[in-house]
Amino acid sequence: MSFFKVENLSIQFGGVKAVSNVSFEVRQGEVFTIIGPNGAGKTTIFNLISLIYPPTSGRIFFEGREITGMTPHRVANLGIARTFQNIELFEHATVLQNLLIGRHNHARTSLWQELLFLPAVRRAELAHREAAEKVIDFLELQHYRDSFVAGLPYGVRKVVELARALCIGPKLLLLDEPSSGLNPEETDDMAFWIEDIKKDLGVTVLMVEHDMSLVSRVSDRVLALSQGEMLSIGTSREVQGDPKVIEAYLGKQE
Amino acid sequence: MRFHFKTDYDQDIRLFKDGVQVFWYGLLAVCLLGLPLVLPEYLVGQMVFILIYCIIGLGLMLLIGFTGQISLGHAAFLAVGAYTEALLQARGVPFAVSLLAAALLSGAAGVLVGLPALRLKGIYLAIATMAFGFIVEEIITRWEHVTGGNSGKQLKQIDFFGVTIDSDARFYYLCLGLTAVILLGLINLMRSPTGRAFVAIRDSEISAQSMGIHLARYKTVAFALSAMLTGVAGALYAHKLQFISPEQFNLLVSIEMATLVFIGGLGSFHGAIFGAAFIIALPQVIVFMKDYLPTAVAQQTGLQPTIFGIILICFLLFEPLGIYGRWVKIRTYFSLFPFYRRGMFRRQKAYMKSDRLK
Amino acid sequence: MAQFLQLALSGIAIGCVYALVALGFVLIYKATETVNFAQGDLMMLGGFFAYTATAVMGWPYWAAIVFALAVMAAYGMLAERIVLRPVLGQAQFTVVMVTIGVGYVMRGVVTMMPGWGTDTYKIVTPFAEKVVNLGGAAISLEQLMIILMTAALCAVLFGFFRFTRIGIAMQAASQNQLAAYYMGIPVARINTLIWGLSAAVATFAGILLAPITFVHANMGFIGLKAFPAAVVGGFGSIPGAIAGGIIIGLVESFAGFYLPEGIKDIAAYIVVLIVLMVKPSGLFGEKLRKKV
Repeated sequence: MSFFKVENLSIQFGGVKAVSNVSFEVRQGEVFTIIGPNGAGKTTIFNLISLIYPPTSGRIFFEGREITGMTPHRVANLGIARTFQNIELFEHATVLQNLLIGRHNHARTSLWQELLFLPAVRRAELAHREAAEKVIDFLELQHYRDSFVAGLPYGVRKVVELARALCIGPKLLLLDEPSSGLNPEETDDMAFWIEDIKKDLGVTVLMVEHDMSLVSRVSDRVLALSQGEMLSIGTSREVQGDPKVIEAYLGKQE
Repeated sequence: MRFHFKTDYDQDIRLFKDGVQVFWYGLLAVCLLGLPLVLPEYLVGQMVFILIYCIIGLGLMLLIGFTGQISLGHAAFLAVGAYTEALLQARGVPFAVSLLAAALLSGAAGVLVGLPALRLKGIYLAIATMAFGFIVEEIITRWEHVTGGNSGKQLKQIDFFGVTIDSDARFYYLCLGLTAVILLGLINLMRSPTGRAFVAIRDSEISAQSMGIHLARYKTVAFALSAMLTGVAGALYAHKLQFISPEQFNLLVSIEMATLVFIGGLGSFHGAIFGAAFIIALPQVIVFMKDYLPTAVAQQTGLQPTIFGIILICFLLFEPLGIYGRWVKIRTYFSLFPFYRRGMFRRQKAYMKSDRLK
Repeated sequence: MAQFLQLALSGIAIGCVYALVALGFVLIYKATETVNFAQGDLMMLGGFFAYTATAVMGWPYWAAIVFALAVMAAYGMLAERIVLRPVLGQAQFTVVMVTIGVGYVMRGVVTMMPGWGTDTYKIVTPFAEKVVNLGGAAISLEQLMIILMTAALCAVLFGFFRFTRIGIAMQAASQNQLAAYYMGIPVARINTLIWGLSAAVATFAGILLAPITFVHANMGFIGLKAFPAAVVGGFGSIPGAIAGGIIIGLVESFAGFYLPEGIKDIAAYIVVLIVLMVKPSGLFGEKLRKKV
């Protein structure tokens, strides 16, 4: 039984085939990266996997169970978390509140219990808070804890986005261009965190990335896409050396 | 300037941040309890109105301020609550039961509106709720043998567990108790996962979904709760006026309710309370001002809507955080004195981005 | 059959008025994504200016129309400049609340104006009291003029948006203001112009409507029916606004005759709820999806 599998996934927007017949498997505990030039369909695949878009054809399996066509919130309940390229944080809430919202999966209290704020709710709140603090420690967000997201610098927001995804307690983490907009130091930090996420938290990571050094550093396997189609799949070095991939990025050698 | 040094998680979850807050709110409670002893009967009556509008404001604030769903038809829920109460009381049902029925029936109506509203956002939701409001108003007017149509319905005084509510003072205490219970319930809700889910839906629906929040369920709960509270307020409103008719529940009332929420300060329960006080106080202030205005201006019926409109516009332009926002700024000024800077609350200049692509 | 035609024609006539009001705020919506709840009140104020021109200043009908259009266009531009521009970056509903406030002020001030107040007035038109016979159905000349003048205005506007740079610039500004600025589009000025144009269109509607409902301070509430019209046609689509308005007018006309009493008043709202549930983008509206 594979951990995560995508079978013949395709989506068409009007006449444009954004993604055609993409199939791959992700093994548990690995870091799998999807690369490709702009317009290759990487983020579209992401949106397909996190079920924001319904595919025109193809199937998606997670832990042996088919998840094609589920609603996004069901997918989160199953243990798949994602970050967004355009940072979709809750702007008018503090960082801590954002993270606590991430804990929603683990909320087991009913509406009536909450209205009366019974001791069970209080205990649950403290548990949520502790779990959020663990993530804050992991990503070193302590001094941003009570700041409103709206005023934070871009690099910090990306980390908050990551933290929020981690609060879900995911088995599979989908990262959409984790290093975009970050400077070299921040990208370095991001690389360390991805490695820590893999080793310490045991979370499988599926990411889309442009920054090749980051890709080479953290990825176990890489999939290269171009124009919505698969080009090459293998270890980072294999894929980067593949002539088809080089051609897609740099053009044909005359 | 007080600094909160945090040593445990409970401090964030507690109702009051420190002893000073407990003191001030305690003082407020004492004042509110003693009000009928000090104020003339007429003003106590006005306070009752303020409390009723507080409940309306809280209900609508939950929906608009915290969950980000617009409603321009909330007067319909007010009507459902009011007429349910009137009809049940006429049949001899005790107040506690009829109030509960009013709440449940309005809640059901809220679910009815909430379900189709799940797919609608922004202006479409506003128009849908507005249409709903018109339809309910028309149904009430036409369904004469039940609602009395345009002739309206009369109500008797409340009999609350043997105590007849025959004075404004008694009604005041009843409303005060209800408002306090409702406020407490809502505060509890907002410091729990459900409350956070509402805020998440307001700020980014797509992200909320990815966090595992079932949009349909929470939006429906928000609508239902909001409608229930408005229904309770409707029942109380009916008793205060002792007579209800369809034109008290039209679009202008719905707009007034929405205005209350915006002027009071979007996104906080304090805002609902300030907004309620403002809406009730404004006509009184205008009446008071008429003595000082030239007769030609003062006599006009058009004066009130004009002033209402101007104040609404001024708040939206100059103080978008509402009355509560202004209060916070003043309080911060004094607590930080002399370090307060004008730019502390300044918004970044925003450029309009298409809401259709949101 | 004659009955049917009669109902249809009067439905189209009132539908044209709805269409014009809807057109007015679709214009504003396309440019600034603001929904102008005061559109009906603009119509009302335009009607009052036209009345004043004919009754008080004694001008002929056509001159009064031009006068009212000019005054209201200026008013619309002024309103945009003073009240709308400061709030434009904020949440959509905040801006809508501002327009609601503007509506209140307009209604209040009109009732306080000496010579206007709370009375109802009649505008003397050159086509009052005349009836035209079309295929067995009698239609008043006023209603016919409404239909014809609406058609003429639509043709003019169609040409304006299709063949001028301003129309294209307007669409750019409506989708992404900041990007439009970067492209050198004077976004602020265009918004002002659009408000002026929209106010003029509303005035046109008000003048056409005056023979039917007469001019009075609450005349603008009929404008609320324009919301269902705009939704049915597809918010943001100009031909949609026209189509939607006419459809709502027809629905009302037939509902008033064939369905029980009272349904006519809410027919428009029932239709809009159905449309919103089945196809929110309306007839000609665009279906947009958020890009993440």
